[in-house]
Amino acid sequence: MPTARYIANDKLMPWLLSLTETRQVLAPVQAGGQTLFAPLTADSQLDINGLADASAKAALLPRCETLFEFHYSKSEGIPSKTELEVRETLPDQDTFLFGARPCDAKGFTVFDRVYDGGTRRDIYYCTRRDKTIVATLACTDPADTCFCNRVGGGPGDTDGSDILFTPVDGGYVIEPVTERGEAFLAEQPLVEAEDRKEEARKVREKVAEAMPDEGSLGGAKGEVLELFDDKEFWGDVTAKCLSCGACSYLCPTCYCFNMTDESNGDDGVRVRTWDNCMSFQFTLEGSGHNPRDGKAQRMRNRIGHKFSYYPELHDGNLACVGCGRCIVHCPVSMDVRAIVAQARDRALAKQEHAND
Amino acid sequence: MASSIDDLKSAIKKALPDLDMVIAWAAGPDPLSHTPLFITEEADIERIEWDPRCSQNLAGYLPGLRGKKVGIVVKGCDARSLVELLQEKLIDREDVTIFGLHCTGAVDARTARKALGSLRGLESVSIDGGTASFSVSGESKTLPLAGVLQKKCFTCTGADAEVCDHFIGEHGQPPQVTDIPATTLEELQAMSMEERLHFWEDQMSRCIRCYACRSACPLCVCQDHCAAQSREPHWVDQTDHPREKLMFQAIHALHTAGRCTECGECERACPMGLPIMTLKQALNLSIQDLFDYKAGTDPDQAPPLFEFREEEKNIKERDW
Repeated sequence: MPTARYIANDKLMPWLLSLTETRQVLAPVQAGGQTLFAPLTADSQLDINGLADASAKAALLPRCETLFEFHYSKSEGIPSKTELEVRETLPDQDTFLFGARPCDAKGFTVFDRVYDGGTRRDIYYCTRRDKTIVATLACTDPADTCFCNRVGGGPGDTDGSDILFTPVDGGYVIEPVTERGEAFLAEQPLVEAEDRKEEARKVREKVAEAMPDEGSLGGAKGEVLELFDDKEFWGDVTAKCLSCGACSYLCPTCYCFNMTDESNGDDGVRVRTWDNCMSFQFTLEGSGHNPRDGKAQRMRNRIGHKFSYYPELHDGNLACVGCGRCIVHCPVSMDVRAIVAQARDRALAKQEHAND
Repeated sequence: MASSIDDLKSAIKKALPDLDMVIAWAAGPDPLSHTPLFITEEADIERIEWDPRCSQNLAGYLPGLRGKKVGIVVKGCDARSLVELLQEKLIDREDVTIFGLHCTGAVDARTARKALGSLRGLESVSIDGGTASFSVSGESKTLPLAGVLQKKCFTCTGADAEVCDHFIGEHGQPPQVTDIPATTLEELQAMSMEERLHFWEDQMSRCIRCYACRSACPLCVCQDHCAAQSREPHWVDQTDHPREKLMFQAIHALHTAGRCTECGECERACPMGLPIMTLKQALNLSIQDLFDYKAGTDPDQAPPLFEFREEEKNIKERDW
């Protein structure tokens, strides 16, 4: 039977450090003025006051994943022949991811549908996912740019999490979400706190109620698709876009990658690295032709993928979790919420015009 | 700045009929940073904002809009980028209408956010003398400039747009920042070579390779054809090693040597807060030593690396 536990504020860091003896603990820590997920050590400055500057996605999709290593050597028998040796490199580290926010964890469900999609399982992703316990921290102070409640989430949601921490008076109520989460917690020296579950629920409820409700951004997949050929619309909304990759790389749901062989002499690695659809090279074809040669087409893909194509393939689930990092960190303050809302207005206006 | 904004709006209103567009700033989704505004209709003019949150350097849009008649609003430092773009013939002077302003300093949204805590209810930001005032839900919070301005403003060499067609408002001095912390460049200069490499490897380990630094740079003209992503030649590999990422920064810095006006966009755009303008500042010091040249100051001069002289005044090759 899943049980709630409790940990006092001053016991949190010692407990997390005790976990590092058997596994890697990834947590939001201070790094050069930023708050980033990094392996926790005794010297780390844990920073769980707000949303980390980058999402937790690298815990499951590293910026650079070595798929395998290779080595060329001369054949001993026939000198003109080259032998190739390939070594498998699978992730093997148990990880406790602490302090992901509900939006970060929901982002993992977006990956799950792609990398663990029934018939096709990506072995690197699935191995990491299996070795990682996701312990999410419910939000108590959503920022102006947070909009999880407009994309099917909420500041206390548990989608994608194994364990949920809720800040309460003096510490945290810890609740298992999955069986894995319960099995993990059962082995920990934590105080049982069934009696404080209600208090935690109320904290979450209060935060969720206080978030401004400006209407869902879901259900726009038809409208966004309808504007596919509307060059004027995409040109206007991307006039200020710099076409950099900050939005994609900070996004908890962007999962596109590039694969390259990087060799040095006879040794090399095949790596899978983050890629993003705002990059010119993303759709550059071998012939030199690029079907998306401008930022307007690239942004059309970015918005289309999140709010139309992905939901079309995955039961209406959006590929946006409303963390707002793309808004806060955009060098020119683009606003994804505004683009989707404008797309919907424009498509509806067009439909009305067609009915006139 | 209140009067400046009205004057700015009327000047733009007057000029707009003869232009394809005017680029200015409007309120952004984040209360601490405004956002570029592309004005094509008179109705858009009302959305213009002008205060220390107008941080973006809009000059970078101009080379991509070549052939169009564009109006642009610039601060002192942005105007220095225009000078460089004109020198390099990346924009045509007759096609650009410049609305110049006096800047009291531009807020660094990242540090100001941390200094202020909650941003809820932030109404206005102003700078007067040595302090910045943030009006939050009717109450005024005052903070010293060293804690909220972009680092480039600490050493501002001219807050007025020197090159312009219409100067709006009154001329003035750069922000008076007191208690300026040591710059990254000064810190690095005090380090050994080994320590410097360690410093950069530590910094670059945070780089996520989004290339916002490059995309925001008004002088990065290669953009879609950048050496960072080229496979042939293969200058930079795609692994996550900090040295590969530093290699790109070195390429960027060398490509902008003697051209960079230290507008700070690379550093402002970096979502990881990497102090990458430092590399350009270091090269600019060398350029100044070697060629007595400061980028972005004189539209009629040619950048030193654009020219070839058999003998340079400060480089005594024959004496080597």
